[in-house]
Amino acid sequence: MSNDQATKTEWPLWEVFVRTKAGLDHKHCGSLHAADPKMALQMAREVYTRRQEGSSIWVVRSDQIIASDPGDKDMFFDPMEDKVYRHPTFYKLPDAVDHM
Amino acid sequence: MYTQMMDTQGAEKAKAVTTLEEQELMRRFDARIDDGGFIEAKDWMPEHYRKTLVRQISQHAHSEIVGMLPEGNWVTRAPTLKRKAILLAKIQDEGGHGLYLYAAAETLGTSRDQMIDALHAGRAKYSSIFNYPTLSWADVGVIGWLVDGAAIMNQVPLCRCSYAPYARAMIRICREESFHQRQGYDALLVMMRDGTDAQRAMVQDAVNRWWWPSLMMFGPPDGESVHSAQSMRWGIKRISNDDLRQKFIDATAQQAGVLGVTLPDPHLKWNEERGHYDFGPIDWDEFWRVVGGDGPCNRERLAERVKAWEEGEWVREAALAHARKQSMKEAA
Repeated sequence: MSNDQATKTEWPLWEVFVRTKAGLDHKHCGSLHAADPKMALQMAREVYTRRQEGSSIWVVRSDQIIASDPGDKDMFFDPMEDKVYRHPTFYKLPDAVDHM
Repeated sequence: MYTQMMDTQGAEKAKAVTTLEEQELMRRFDARIDDGGFIEAKDWMPEHYRKTLVRQISQHAHSEIVGMLPEGNWVTRAPTLKRKAILLAKIQDEGGHGLYLYAAAETLGTSRDQMIDALHAGRAKYSSIFNYPTLSWADVGVIGWLVDGAAIMNQVPLCRCSYAPYARAMIRICREESFHQRQGYDALLVMMRDGTDAQRAMVQDAVNRWWWPSLMMFGPPDGESVHSAQSMRWGIKRISNDDLRQKFIDATAQQAGVLGVTLPDPHLKWNEERGHYDFGPIDWDEFWRVVGGDGPCNRERLAERVKAWEEGEWVREAALAHARKQSMKEAA
């Protein structure tokens, strides 16, 4: 089977995001193959929330996700490395007001 | 930073619910709110709830963005490189907070351009506090301590707002905001403890000018706060203006003592019986004047924003043109 045929018959990949509790963020929990959005949602329910782990699900086509390269991690996040003053603990305040 | 706009927008009646189906949806919506539940972007919600939120969140976003201006005034004149780096980081945070909030408001179906247009055309407001000038370096410290302190007091209850995308943005913002208040207090502490008499006087002068406007950030007194009841009912607002204001005064009075400054209110006095500080009357005429457009810097602030937007237009267009060219290249 040629490469071409394989991509024609294989269902596309979807990334699954589950919200565990109302009010919280959706969290990525894995991926699956499905032919269309509706099927992807149903599959996600069967694959990732069999024990009622979710209150809602998002599915997104994997090829629609743009990701940073983990190999570039150092270079990519380096600008934030020397900015300790962004953290509240950088400032030493007198005990009486330190809960600020 | 924060918004007080729920109370300062024009009064508007909620539309009566009509069809049977709508009544059922409304009943379910109310039940979820009563249950302490959350509303998500795709859930059904009454039109008035949606409108109120778009207005509040977008005006909160505008406040973050306009709030960058008074502090930006001191970036080039910060006394040390350390203070300059801190100030830049703080202003950058405010910009980020504006973006979280615009994005949260957009989930309600209003575009960012619409919101920005409303600000620039004067239809949308931002917090009255940013219409005051920053006259000395001490103002930067006092903004951190008092203005961000008041904002935090206001924003913590918003982390439990019934509209979940707003609540989630607020959780992020509150987490980042703590350093804003601490850096301000820290800067003032250095001036008070290691500074000259002139520097100490500068701090006291800044406190004198910012104290009352900071108290006004909590909005008008509960009795005059037209939208409070509905917003409380809907879980958009959790604690009343006056209660928050009192909480802020109680916390700040003690911090002022440690800092060694006097708060400019001869009536400020601990009341053993109430377990709170008593305080003098607030000049609400000034508040409404500033909200109405006649504060010391209203015109300047808005003009700055409009100018930045207009001067950035070619950049926005160029980025789109570049993206179009790239995708044409890929398609070829």
